[in-house]
Amino acid sequence: MPVDVNALALERPRSLKDALTMMAGDPRLVPLAGCTDVYVGLHFGTVADRRFIDLWNLKELRGISVERDVLTIGALTTYTDIIQSKIVQKRVPMLVAAAREVGGAQIQNRGTLGGNVANASPAGDTLPVLAAANARIVLRSNKTTRTVTFDSYYTGYRKSVRQPGELIVAIEIPRIDGRQWWRKVGTRRAQAISKIMIGAVRGRHVRIAFGSVASTVILARKTAAVLQSGGSIADAQAALGTEIAPIDDVRSTGEYRLKIAKNLVEQFWNETA
Amino acid sequence: MKLTINGKTRKINAHPMKRLLDVLREDCGLTGTKEGCGEGECGACTVLIDGESVDACIVPVAHAEGRRVVTIEGAAATKHGKALQNAFVVHGGAQCGICTPGMILAAAPLKKGASLLEIQTALAGNLCRCTGYPAIFRSVGAALKSPRRKAGRAGRR
Repeated sequence: MPVDVNALALERPRSLKDALTMMAGDPRLVPLAGCTDVYVGLHFGTVADRRFIDLWNLKELRGISVERDVLTIGALTTYTDIIQSKIVQKRVPMLVAAAREVGGAQIQNRGTLGGNVANASPAGDTLPVLAAANARIVLRSNKTTRTVTFDSYYTGYRKSVRQPGELIVAIEIPRIDGRQWWRKVGTRRAQAISKIMIGAVRGRHVRIAFGSVASTVILARKTAAVLQSGGSIADAQAALGTEIAPIDDVRSTGEYRLKIAKNLVEQFWNETA
Repeated sequence: MKLTINGKTRKINAHPMKRLLDVLREDCGLTGTKEGCGEGECGACTVLIDGESVDACIVPVAHAEGRRVVTIEGAAATKHGKALQNAFVVHGGAQCGICTPGMILAAAPLKKGASLLEIQTALAGNLCRCTGYPAIFRSVGAALKSPRRKAGRAGRR
């Protein structure tokens, strides 16, 4: 690792309460969970942070449960946990589908749902699912707990409403009415960062979310509204053209992404008919 | 820090953020674990922690504290690991050998009779630049006595 490990500091709290006290005392502490993003950044020298707090062993942040028809997934729940969970398979199969396409088994065994949200990459695989599922992010500091709707969580490229001293403790997903649909388009099945992905729900309300087409994950509200009101696929695709403007980058071009996004809208609508 | 490595509990004196890969190779002299990409992309450094495959290049040693780590040296000393190793020799699953320890450990959690799709899924995070994958899938399939089927492209799961 190019970074001298001795220049790094790691706080190792024994409980969530300890962790929140440490976060309040030193808001520059960067939370570490499965390390699948942070250690890559350290390796490439793109992570400037030197002070970390290790959440990996905090049992309070693990586990999957349902209460009052709301699914709660602890922030440290790994992709493997999600893939293996009967409850998630039943309630949010599109999240299981997304989790299966994150990296390979080694990454799925380590990467966490809370980490995917916190890392705030526009290419985060589970993020379109959480947007389409109308999820909520539970944030806790040493003083308060608050719940933020997923569509108001990100405020810009890699920016969110999470305040210094706050930790993501859980992700809540209410019951999803309707058929769920997920696709990731990338260069290979495993270990590839996506060119584009879509999470969508077709029920009483239609919700369509895209990843890798904007600075954050986005809900295509106009496109969904056209489809919900009985409009044609061509009209929905035209609406999509007005609400996303993907860019060229190392993984794909804006033109390709827009074309594929339109194709995915058609495929979603046809396959969930 | 106490770690159980290949069944033996060891006391390690290392920075908690030192990569597990470096602790295994430098502090423990277990050089069977290879570094490929260093970014969790190629799987060459795969080891098991509590029976689950992980990329040791992106795991801080702190996360192995109090847990059971198995490297290729430990796997090769078991019947299951030895069968995998032999199958790679017999079926041409190894060429330059850099990816082989990682391939064997990624395959280690698979159960006897695993299907081709299960083998492909378990090894999806491991890159090989010599043999191509069919020979590797055949090797694992032979060791697990999987139902014989032509190794081909993975279908959609």
